[in-house]
Amino acid sequence: MLLPGLLYFLIFRYWPLWNAQIAFRDFQPTLGVWGSPWVGLQHFLEFFNSYYFGQLLTNTLVISLAKIVLGIPPAILLAIALHETSRRFLARVVQTISYLPHFLSWVIVYGILLAMLSPSEGLVNSGLRALGLEPVPFLTSTTTFQPVVVLSEVWKETGWSAILFLAALLSINPTLYEAAAIDGASRWQQVRHISLPGIMDVLVLVLLLKIGSILDAGFHQIFVLYSLPVYSVGDIIDTWVYRQGIQNFQFSLATAVGLFKGIIGLVLIVVANRLARRFVGTGLY
Amino acid sequence: MKKAMSRSDRLFEWGIDAFLIGVLVVTLVPMWYVAMVSLLPFGKSPSLFLPPWEWSFASYAQLIFQPTIWQATLNSLILTFGGVAISLTLTVMAAYPLSRRELPGRGFIVGLILFTFLFNAGLIPTFLVVKDLGLLNSYWAVLLNGAVSVYNLLVMKTFFQSLPESLEEAARIDGANDWQILRHVVLPLSRPILLTIGLFYGVANWNNFFEPILFLSDRNLMPLPVVLRDILTGLNVAEYVEGGAAQAAPAEALKMAAVVLITLPMLLVYPWIQRYFTKGVLLGSVKE
Repeated sequence: MLLPGLLYFLIFRYWPLWNAQIAFRDFQPTLGVWGSPWVGLQHFLEFFNSYYFGQLLTNTLVISLAKIVLGIPPAILLAIALHETSRRFLARVVQTISYLPHFLSWVIVYGILLAMLSPSEGLVNSGLRALGLEPVPFLTSTTTFQPVVVLSEVWKETGWSAILFLAALLSINPTLYEAAAIDGASRWQQVRHISLPGIMDVLVLVLLLKIGSILDAGFHQIFVLYSLPVYSVGDIIDTWVYRQGIQNFQFSLATAVGLFKGIIGLVLIVVANRLARRFVGTGLY
Repeated sequence: MKKAMSRSDRLFEWGIDAFLIGVLVVTLVPMWYVAMVSLLPFGKSPSLFLPPWEWSFASYAQLIFQPTIWQATLNSLILTFGGVAISLTLTVMAAYPLSRRELPGRGFIVGLILFTFLFNAGLIPTFLVVKDLGLLNSYWAVLLNGAVSVYNLLVMKTFFQSLPESLEEAARIDGANDWQILRHVVLPLSRPILLTIGLFYGVANWNNFFEPILFLSDRNLMPLPVVLRDILTGLNVAEYVEGGAAQAAPAEALKMAAVVLITLPMLLVYPWIQRYFTKGVLLGSVKE
């Protein structure tokens, strides 16, 4: 019974690992993985010494970090607001609506962004024009591309990320709030001294795991949103690997870069999981 | 007894509710605006509210009469339903044995699977596998490559582990084999998790645009998201704009109508499936 599943993992997950050796070879399709000559670390060194290395790493880290820093506070705020409001109907509606964008693919969100941000017809630029300001080409300008990437992610994922925090809030013993209210604590004081400490564990867990996958800056999102004019600020390791590998047939170089990312990512996530297990008592696996 | 609220508490409640309404507005306005632009008649500029006498369904009409859209819809349906069937079957068949304590080498196999979650070889080596298997430009490439999600597999395994063992023992004493136990005992008890994970796979497949781009080159095989992307980037808007500008919709309206058309199925089923998704996330966050 286990066989089909195992075969799946062997073929589609472990065979690629075997193929990854082309990072150390000069892969030529006619010679195949086995026949291509060994070149050692040449592709890795080429990448480390290239001008791309710094740029890709910077873009990846900046976008990823900004998503964490600007993404988590709204999610916590939303969870607290959903938990604290006395209007159950409002809470239910907001919950349903705020999860929705999570289920829209990045292609659809790209369409929505075009509607909002396009220089000619976009809502934001119509507003800017009405105020007598110059329209901004948000998606194709190097100064605005990264903010668009980060804010669109926040728009898409805040509701969904709030679920975990909300679950943590709901697991807080309600007698704590009652006791605090009797002691004369205001609602705000209850949030500060009961709710916030109550979600600390989940927050630490979420933070650690996000940092563990910091080299994943959102391949699908950027793949859809970026274009030639913003490669310098939008290109992350994954998009570069796709372009060099699939579009420019630099199989070995792209594999080396992908492998580099994979190894760093593995170390980070294992360390993050260790830390999470130690400080929170639970981890990703 | 309801205590009178202090001034600061009332302010707190207002603030909270205002924030929630703010979230609602920020989430909905972009979607609403997309709908408005999609209904734009020729020669008008978009605005947040269209007066009722200015609506036009020209953009939808133009899209709906395109064979490309029908072909893409069919492709999307094949990939979505075929994908769910394959993924769910493979996931159940892997998760069930792995949930049995008596399975020899269980820890090792789980480790083997977990490792692929933490480390993958990357895009190019995977692409080469699909190429060597001769699956390029075939739906099998898309259907099989992403068939099993480790996350879903582990959630399913945890669920199976939580079922009472005595039920299976009873079935075994009655002479049922593993397959019969899975079919007649385990699966009927697992409807909520099958539905949840089936929906996760379904949404992922419906939204999948990258793997088709990566593995398929035949334009006739492309699912809706890929066609939508082409329309949005203006690659083939001309294909959808026919002569007779008088009844034609503006290009902007056409693009947004395409966005609405592909979002609509999701919007229609979403209110019913939403609670399953939430359950899935919470199940996933509970570890052994």
